[in-house]
Amino acid sequence: MSGSLLLRRLVQAVPTLFGVSVVVFVLVRVVPGNPIAMMLPPGASLEDMERLRQAYGLDGSIPEQFVIWLGQALQGSFGISISLRQDVLELVLGRLPATLELAVFATIMAVTVGVLAATVGVLFRGRWPETLIDAINGFTLAVPDFIWALALILVFGVLLPVLPISGRVDPRLGTEFATGFYLIEALVSARFTVVGDLLAHMIMPAIALALPLAAIITRVLKNSLAEAMAQDYVMIARVKGFSRWRIIWVEALRNASIPALTLTGVQFTFLVGGTVLVEKIFSYPGIGNMAIDAVINRDLPLIQGLILSFAVIFIVVNLLVDLSYGLLNPRLRT
Amino acid sequence: MKLTRRQMLQGTGLGAAAMLLAPGGALAAAHGGGALTIAYHVNLPSWDPTVGLSAVNPTIQTFFQTVYDQPITQNPDLSFSPGLLTGWGWNDDRTEIWMDVREGVTWHDGSPFTAEDVAWSLARAGNPETGNPIQFLWSKVTDYKVSGNRVTGKVAAYEPTFFKWLSFLTGYFMPKAYFEKVGAEGFEKAPIGTGPYMVEEFQRNAFVRLKRNPNYWGEKPAFETVVFKFVTDASARVAEVESGGSDITLEIPYQEYDRLKGKAGLTGVTTPVSDIGMIFLNDIEVMTDPNVRKAAAHAIDKKAIVDRLLRGYGVPIDTLQAPQYAAFDPSIQVAYDPEAAKALLAKSGYSTDNPVRFRIQTTRGFKPKDYEMVQAIVGMWRKVGIEAEIEVYEIAKHYELRATDTLAPAAFYNWGNSIGDPSTSTGFAMFGPSPHSVWDGQDLIEMIGPLWGEADEAKRIAGYKAVDRHIAENAYVIPLLQYVQPIVHADTVSVGTHVSGVLLPQAVKPA
Repeated sequence: MSGSLLLRRLVQAVPTLFGVSVVVFVLVRVVPGNPIAMMLPPGASLEDMERLRQAYGLDGSIPEQFVIWLGQALQGSFGISISLRQDVLELVLGRLPATLELAVFATIMAVTVGVLAATVGVLFRGRWPETLIDAINGFTLAVPDFIWALALILVFGVLLPVLPISGRVDPRLGTEFATGFYLIEALVSARFTVVGDLLAHMIMPAIALALPLAAIITRVLKNSLAEAMAQDYVMIARVKGFSRWRIIWVEALRNASIPALTLTGVQFTFLVGGTVLVEKIFSYPGIGNMAIDAVINRDLPLIQGLILSFAVIFIVVNLLVDLSYGLLNPRLRT
Repeated sequence: MKLTRRQMLQGTGLGAAAMLLAPGGALAAAHGGGALTIAYHVNLPSWDPTVGLSAVNPTIQTFFQTVYDQPITQNPDLSFSPGLLTGWGWNDDRTEIWMDVREGVTWHDGSPFTAEDVAWSLARAGNPETGNPIQFLWSKVTDYKVSGNRVTGKVAAYEPTFFKWLSFLTGYFMPKAYFEKVGAEGFEKAPIGTGPYMVEEFQRNAFVRLKRNPNYWGEKPAFETVVFKFVTDASARVAEVESGGSDITLEIPYQEYDRLKGKAGLTGVTTPVSDIGMIFLNDIEVMTDPNVRKAAAHAIDKKAIVDRLLRGYGVPIDTLQAPQYAAFDPSIQVAYDPEAAKALLAKSGYSTDNPVRFRIQTTRGFKPKDYEMVQAIVGMWRKVGIEAEIEVYEIAKHYELRATDTLAPAAFYNWGNSIGDPSTSTGFAMFGPSPHSVWDGQDLIEMIGPLWGEADEAKRIAGYKAVDRHIAENAYVIPLLQYVQPIVHADTVSVGTHVSGVLLPQAVKPA
């Protein structure tokens, strides 16, 4: 199944990416704001403006511009960033690892907290711990990630200044990295001081991103765990004398986790989208932070490149989620 | 082994202590061992100071002036003094320029800075193919020749501000041999200049770490290492300096500035900068009526706006010249006089019962209290018989509408002028054929046109003063205030301010 599923998903990805390209291409060109007007120097003339429009390929009609852009994209070129004057693909690939590490770290955090909270909720069903977990859940869900970010800065950056507020790594460390995956590279090369510094910079933005996702996972998983706990195979396990922890973790969780897994996969893509604001607040150098500057500067090629990156992440994550179903539940393997 | 509660608490305490002592933790000093950390409000997109969008961005000139030196140094009061050029000028008939290049200067890679670099850089700047945004200005001098330490060039078209631009945007000298060897991409990865600091490490959208140039020709900076953290969120910048994570920050809300400067360990300094807030008036609809324009100007209490909205941090102005600019004329004043405003409107048949109506466009959050200022102005206008509808837009839309001359009858904007020359404020903003201009009056075109190439400097400045007076008398634009830049810093350092708005680490010293 994995092979045919993979192939089917890859084929489906093509029209999805094409559709995203068309929508983004048109939208960024019809919304107000002209990148050429923004970059006009003092003393420029109308002729200078026209010259710049031609230089950046913005003088043709939107369909003409799209055809040119599509042709280049199929050859692996997404153009040159208007504001940064560098290859868009290089820029995106250079910053993507930071966002991926942050997003994965936040997801691991969210899943860990969500699973633990859901388990505790089911263990103490009908009692005050479950009530407390539900109340915290509701509160956490109601507060958006950027508010959590500001609150964390206030508490752990200013009032109890124990964590760095901005950036990805302490500039004074003078550490060099061969790849953009700083954390993985530092772990592999056993540079634990650097690992500590990287984690210190990641903790607050990761918590800000993780909290809403953790709340969602808790809610969905708690409900599906509760349903699983009412199934016959669980009753048999109880009759066999297994402990409640074992019943939940070994018997019920695998089946109960499928809805939560699907949701986590979908929410992961929203989490990546959430990095836009969180990275901005923490000055974390990922693609989210870059996206805001790209939009402000109306950097059309860069906006397109970034949106397509998000679309690719969405497709890959959903594919991984689909593939993982079979791992969790053999009945789903064909 | 079963963990007891006591052991868990002890472990948590040790873990918390480890985090405190970890790099980036608060107990690690923000600057120690000669390091200075600045939380800066914008990112640095590119290291090439001569091409692209970043080259004309005044807010990142801080980095360029730190690494590259200016050909002509701009002093904190906007006056000029020798930099990499020790002398400069035109010949008597303005057909040629000459520049004397400073001796004994080296690039950061140790190679000598020469007159060849100057000639090459200026020729490159004037070449339309290299993408210098101010190419139209640099191309007014061509055919550079080197003789010893003197560079001469032929004037194709006289530009009175040519040398002033050598202290501002895109007028930087680049290392010819190094640039030709490594190319534009290589230069971007490893930029070199002649400035007081060298680039040690640069992570885009994260930070740049600079180290002191041991061979700098000028005054040795106080700090061995300078780190600029790019912290574009104002709240995060406030938190950076409040937590001790950075020594200096700027461009924070004025109320935060007032709060922070009173805290132990922190202090603040402000300076008026070469950036003004104004209301563009477009020659359309009711704005073609001079009574409406003049009434709108007289009805605004600029001092009240500065005092109440900006906490006193601002300088009310009545022309597009701030007090430090070359053509500033304090005798040109537009009084706050709501009764005069009402009388003017009455002449055109308007009153509070029959108000004149138009739209005013503004950004929201782009400049300090921009939207709130416009709200206050609309309130003041309402009292005299002007009913203005506020339209909020992004700055990107403002530029687009301005370039196509489709702005509303009134639009709030800010205008920077870091050389303090009237051609770059009144000139560009009020000269009809310019895509930056909004008011297209023929009278201004005829007044400003001859000033572009006026060779007599005194006559040129007097000419712009006359233009400003004419503009004020006819209310073709409504200048509001000169902005003030707030800088908060640790009280262990003293910060030298600059009217152009740059924050130079070489001007920061231990207190």
